[in-house]
Amino acid sequence: MEALLQLGVFLTLLLCGYVFGRRAERKHYQSIFQREDELRHIVVTTERVPEPEFLQHRFHLVNGSVVISVDYFKVVAAGLRSLIGGRITAYESLLDRARREALLRMQEQARTMGAETIINTKFETSRVSGNAGQGLGSMEVLVYGTALIPVGGRT
Amino acid sequence: MLISNIEVVPGKRVTQHLGLVQGSTVRAKHAGKDLMAGFKNIFGGELSSYTDLLQESRQEAIDRMTAQAQSIGANAVINVRFATSAIAAGASEILAYGTAVTLEDR
Repeated sequence: MEALLQLGVFLTLLLCGYVFGRRAERKHYQSIFQREDELRHIVVTTERVPEPEFLQHRFHLVNGSVVISVDYFKVVAAGLRSLIGGRITAYESLLDRARREALLRMQEQARTMGAETIINTKFETSRVSGNAGQGLGSMEVLVYGTALIPVGGRT
Repeated sequence: MLISNIEVVPGKRVTQHLGLVQGSTVRAKHAGKDLMAGFKNIFGGELSSYTDLLQESRQEAIDRMTAQAQSIGANAVINVRFATSAIAAGASEILAYGTAVTLEDR
């Protein structure tokens, strides 16, 4: 009886994770694609030294970050995958989303400052130890860079 | 005070190099919000309370770094880097470090 109850709880969690996680991921990707189109004019590069044409620009540190959580279905799917090895696509899409979201937030911040170029972009990923020992938990992605603001742009 | 993560500042010249400055902070979220995060681990999605927490802490780390740079007479911190590490369950350390310099218009 008890084992049956445990199985029930497990399956409910799995179903919740699958339904809500899938929906959240689809919605998030839609919004990412849309905002990426809007922000395409803000150029983000990893160049360390600004090009000579930017010599008269002001500069400002910008950053974007996001903490994103796994859903239960992904945890189970990744657990099964790690038995046989190989690419864990469930986590790949999660981190891809987080990284693109963080980048978008940084671009949005640069846009409010009137900047059109961000150089020396660095990414950093860390784990927020929400549920230690259980799968991936939550991941934080931070992206930061230097926005070059044309003189006359807003602060 | 200018804070930047580039090494060469457009239109400025480094006149004095004052060494490494850093600021760090360790923060934890209170249990209620941590519980909510636990639920989110089932459904998936963004943990905006954690995003805010980490942004606040990062600002705090930058402020501490800036204060240190000011105290040694710098007017800019360049080549700033961030590091984050989870040191205990529910707590993370945010570190910001960079090079304190004095800049002059070229």
